[in-house]
Amino acid sequence: MTIGSVPVKFRITVDPDQCMLCGRCAENCPYDVFRIENNRMHVNSRKCVACHRCIAMCPRDAINIKERPVDYRSHPVWTTEIREAIYNQARTGKIILAGMGNAQPYPVIFDSLVLDACQVTNPSIDPLREPMELRTYLGKKPSRLEIKEDSDGVDVLTTLAPNLKLETPIMIGHMSYGAISLNAQQSIARAVSDMGTYMGTGEGGLHQSLYPYQSHMIVQVASGRFGVDINYLERGAAIEIKIGQGAKPGIGGHLPGEKVCEDVSCTRMIPVGSDAISPAPHHDIYSIEDLKQLVRSLKEATEWKKPVFVKIAAVHNAAAIAAGIARSSADVVVIDGFRGGTGAAPKVFRDHVGIPIEAAIASVDAKLRAQGIRNQVSLIASGGIRESADVAKVIALGADAVYIGTAALVAMGCRVCGTCYRGLCPWGIATQRPDLVARLDPEVASKNVANLIHAWTLELSELMGAAGINSIGSLRGNRDRLRGYLLDESMMNVLDVKSVGA
Amino acid sequence: MNTVRIDARGMHYSLLNTAIRKAVASGVREIIVDNVMGQRFIADGLKGDATLTIHGVPGGDLGMFMSGPTCIVHGNCDHAPGNTMDNGKIIIHGSAGDAVAHSMRGGKVFVRDNVGYRAGIHMKQYMEKRPVLVIGGSYRAFLGEYMAGGLILSLGDPAVHPHTERGIGSGIHGGKIVIRGNIDEYYLGVGARTFTLSNEGMDEIIPLIEEYAGYFGIDPDPLIHESYTQVTPSSSRPFASKYTWE
Repeated sequence: MTIGSVPVKFRITVDPDQCMLCGRCAENCPYDVFRIENNRMHVNSRKCVACHRCIAMCPRDAINIKERPVDYRSHPVWTTEIREAIYNQARTGKIILAGMGNAQPYPVIFDSLVLDACQVTNPSIDPLREPMELRTYLGKKPSRLEIKEDSDGVDVLTTLAPNLKLETPIMIGHMSYGAISLNAQQSIARAVSDMGTYMGTGEGGLHQSLYPYQSHMIVQVASGRFGVDINYLERGAAIEIKIGQGAKPGIGGHLPGEKVCEDVSCTRMIPVGSDAISPAPHHDIYSIEDLKQLVRSLKEATEWKKPVFVKIAAVHNAAAIAAGIARSSADVVVIDGFRGGTGAAPKVFRDHVGIPIEAAIASVDAKLRAQGIRNQVSLIASGGIRESADVAKVIALGADAVYIGTAALVAMGCRVCGTCYRGLCPWGIATQRPDLVARLDPEVASKNVANLIHAWTLELSELMGAAGINSIGSLRGNRDRLRGYLLDESMMNVLDVKSVGA
Repeated sequence: MNTVRIDARGMHYSLLNTAIRKAVASGVREIIVDNVMGQRFIADGLKGDATLTIHGVPGGDLGMFMSGPTCIVHGNCDHAPGNTMDNGKIIIHGSAGDAVAHSMRGGKVFVRDNVGYRAGIHMKQYMEKRPVLVIGGSYRAFLGEYMAGGLILSLGDPAVHPHTERGIGSGIHGGKIVIRGNIDEYYLGVGARTFTLSNEGMDEIIPLIEEYAGYFGIDPDPLIHESYTQVTPSSSRPFASKYTWE
């Protein structure tokens, strides 16, 4: 007992005047917090992860959860989290595994950027009355068009590269079957199909039940090449090469054997119960030239009919790397900021590696424009997009579209408890346990996700209208519509925005 | 018309593949490609059961994502023939570069002579799909790295090609590597261990030795009577004890 017991993270109290011992909390909690014995409710607070499933299911609002009910001696350097991480590692000698996105209290740059609106001189537009163009095309755009005009009309002579047509610039990023449940993937797939946008499969293959939605799915090829064969590549609307991920730049991933059930095994094409290890690098990519080769191999395999995306984590030299990718024949570059979520990542990576998406997308866009190759690729911003304002701001910083991940899961009930790596998600999202998966009804959840995309799209068109902009293309890279609020000068230089009042 | 001959001299890989696909689509079973000189991605994503006889030196990623056809190469290959190949065969009358059979998930690759670094890296298997890589000569470091399934068979004579390349089976967590002669543990990668090949293991490789010998016109018997070492994972869960929960 050198270290002894550390205080509970959450204290659960059940109000005996309210509780009618219906047992729904106990039924719903996969962490075994609740137990009814001798007509009394017993709770084991130590097991609680604050997923709020019990609170959501309690018919009498009888349950309360208090975070950190026990105080340590306060200290600005030796915080509770720092101390508890040391106790944990002193006991185990292991790497700390964490879920969801970056949990360090870094300032959010989005929250120091404000948007513009018209007053007097340039009238705003009412999206209710006026058409707002949110349709977005992802892929290469020609630097010039050769056309032939005659009495029959106009012919475009330039060969156009394949593009994806989005009805809204909001897409849902790659969360694999394995990391999330099939019901969660189905919910997202229905939502993006209904909304005229796209989702990513993640590196987990494409389950048969998703084939009806394949024209709205971007299939991923990552270093483990799980689930990848020619049929998979042909099914996708586009193909994404995953180089890195914002939640854990520079390292690979692995799906623990416990999560590789019969169905996951079948879509990933690996035996049941075996670890699915995605190594840090692709074994055939050690340079930009090698990347070009993988991009072209995918295009060649699918007869140059599909756009190829390349996703990198936002790291220090993201701009130079993206410029290299733009020259690799890729059509779209995805930049995943350091707030990007994940089912499981070493805490030290999740919290300390990479840079924020705001700075990354601005510098990538600036670099591509400076080199005259911005038209060669579209840019997708990803990692920490929380609301429609973030979408508007990141597009004004140079993105063509966004990937959301965590926000879509929250739309399906996720409470951001960050315990995805346990595989016991009580909301049926980050789990493969059949009874838990069954809690998520794709019929309902798909509407929730579609509602979110719809609402954000409405807000985006309102924001654009207020700024006198009627086409998303006029917002893209339009930094004049942003001002920095108490950002330092060097950051405003990187973002290429002026200060408020300037 | 069951045979088509394509002259690949100076031809871009994309046009070459278009010609090959067109021939396969029209029902041609035998395609002979002459004067290949570095064209990448030959038979990339190609389906069906046609046989391509390639004269010359294909560039990288021959038969990548290929599902069904057979490629017979009269010459050497650049890197990664059989990359993420799904099914079919690649028979190389010569040597091949690095990462041969990378992430291969089915079918067979036979290399008559030598292979480069990281051959058979991350090969994997599922149900009836069990990829096989047979190497006749030498291999370089990290043979079968991250291997998750399938079989690598190295037939090279240790007297000619001594086993002195490091990292064999580094990170292996499935499948097996069978190597002629003995392997000093020093050359094994993390997570790999060796056994003398059992009689059942021998029964499994004999048909492959015979197939190899058949393609390259040699006598299989001396190879069948050699002794072999088997390299397998020490765990199918190499990362199982690396992490603690937050």
